[in-house]
Amino acid sequence: MQLTLKIWRQKNASDKGGFATYPVDHVSKDMSFLEMLDVLNEELTEKGQDPVHFDHDCREGICGSCSLYINGKPHGPLQTTTCQLHMRSFNDGETVTIEPWRAKAFPVLKDLVVDRYAFDRIIQAGGYVSVGTGGVPDANEIPIPKTIADLAMDAAQCIGCGACVAACKNASAMLFTSAKVSQLALLPQGQVERKTRAEKMVAQMDAEGFGACTNTGACEAECPKGISITNIARMNREYFSAVVSSENL
Amino acid sequence: MSWVTKTLKSTLGRKLIMALTGLFLILFLTGHVSGNLLLFKGDGGEAFNMYAKFMTTNPAVKLLSYLTYISVIGHVIYSITLNRLNKSARPIGYAESGAFTNSTWSSRNMGILGTIILVFLAGHLYSFWFQIHWGDVPIVTYAGEEYKDLYSVVKVAFQQEWMVALYVVAMTFLGFHLSHGFASAFQTLGLNHKKYSPAIKTLGSIYCVLVPVLFASMPLYIYFTS
Ligand code: HEM
Ligand code: SF4
Ligand code: FES
Repeated sequence: MQLTLKIWRQKNASDKGGFATYPVDHVSKDMSFLEMLDVLNEELTEKGQDPVHFDHDCREGICGSCSLYINGKPHGPLQTTTCQLHMRSFNDGETVTIEPWRAKAFPVLKDLVVDRYAFDRIIQAGGYVSVGTGGVPDANEIPIPKTIADLAMDAAQCIGCGACVAACKNASAMLFTSAKVSQLALLPQGQVERKTRAEKMVAQMDAEGFGACTNTGACEAECPKGISITNIARMNREYFSAVVSSENL
Repeated sequence: MSWVTKTLKSTLGRKLIMALTGLFLILFLTGHVSGNLLLFKGDGGEAFNMYAKFMTTNPAVKLLSYLTYISVIGHVIYSITLNRLNKSARPIGYAESGAFTNSTWSSRNMGILGTIILVFLAGHLYSFWFQIHWGDVPIVTYAGEEYKDLYSVVKVAFQQEWMVALYVVAMTFLGFHLSHGFASAFQTLGLNHKKYSPAIKTLGSIYCVLVPVLFASMPLYIYFTS
């Protein structure tokens, strides 16, 4: 396959940035999207040029590091992570536009790499449970009904990639935040901080500069882990009930 | 900041206001369209005029009408603050957008749809609401009691093609606003569950067609029968 890549290049956070066009040849249909970029970067390095910077780590679809807004969609045409996207999803001769996630809360650091620490700060605000450390607890010590465990597991699948923010017209982080609020609100271990968690995580999400939710559903449609917007509804319930009943003024 | 202002300033609090005022406006539209069905009675407007008098004089209706004004104002103000917040959350946009593959057009254009409804609303209030309250409306007498002949005002208005066209077009936009807004409001309130959400969605799809069609058929009916 032969492709034309239109890639966002930006030297650093304060650089204005712009698109650069690169023709790539000999792309195999079986390459992953990131491998295709590896080939491009090798060529650029050989020519003494700065390779295209992009985030990646596991390349197994489990860490959430990879990003890229490909041809107008986060993680490209399939509902998966960019590392799990293969070149067979593209056509020979196609022009592929690659942009970084765009959000005030995710500033571009270099090329396609954005700063996603805002997500970490939302988790730090309340996405944890306080439990006594000590020996490993026995299995099934705390009984949890299977249906509830399943719902919590579904929410826990979020890998924090940020595709929901990238897809949302408001750059809203509701799907991400609600996944963690839901996971912990559903489980017995999460009850102690339940109300404070909902309040603090929402406050942090707002403070980071993410937008509000218009319920367009774009996040759910693009989430590589299939996180459902029923979690956003649950977060709204958690938040509204917390503000009228928590001890925090 | 008190917990109340803090909540109302949060993204979720602002959305709560949007949803509650939106749902109240949906209730209002339901009442408004039901009452106006009297225009189809073919009695020269007698039932409609009596209903209009009841609506402008009954104290309970007065209270509801104040709630409606507050809802419209609240809905509009919060839609502006939310839209500004949402725009500021993405200062630099994308060069290419595939948004049409993951969300409906209406859901992405609620602000534009709402603005069109607002402009229509201003004209609508001027033509009818302002006229019955402060305009020169002829008086009719039924069974010895005097009534403002609002029906004649409506009839005159809807003998103009452009008015009829304007109403039909405006109702189309209202339909699109509600095609997303109806179910969206329940999601905002946290009401999303496999037991009842399919019913809410079905009801929303019926409502967003039925109510605008009924409203739009009134100017059409008057235009073609008089
Ligand atoms: C009778 C008229 C109207 C009705 C019945 C109505 C109803 C609704 C409903 C039910 C929602 C969904 C709320 C939610 O998502 O929680 C909504 C959203 C919205 N409405 Fe209206 N609306 C009306 C007029 C207007 C007007 C005049 C404007 C203003 C300029 C407006 C602007 C908006 C916007 C921008 C949203 C989306 C807010 C967001 O989530 O980002 N609407 N409307
Ligand atoms: S909710 Fe989905 S899209 Fe959003 S961060 Fe988690 S895995 Fe990524
Ligand atoms: S690199 Fe880990 S999910 Fe893609």
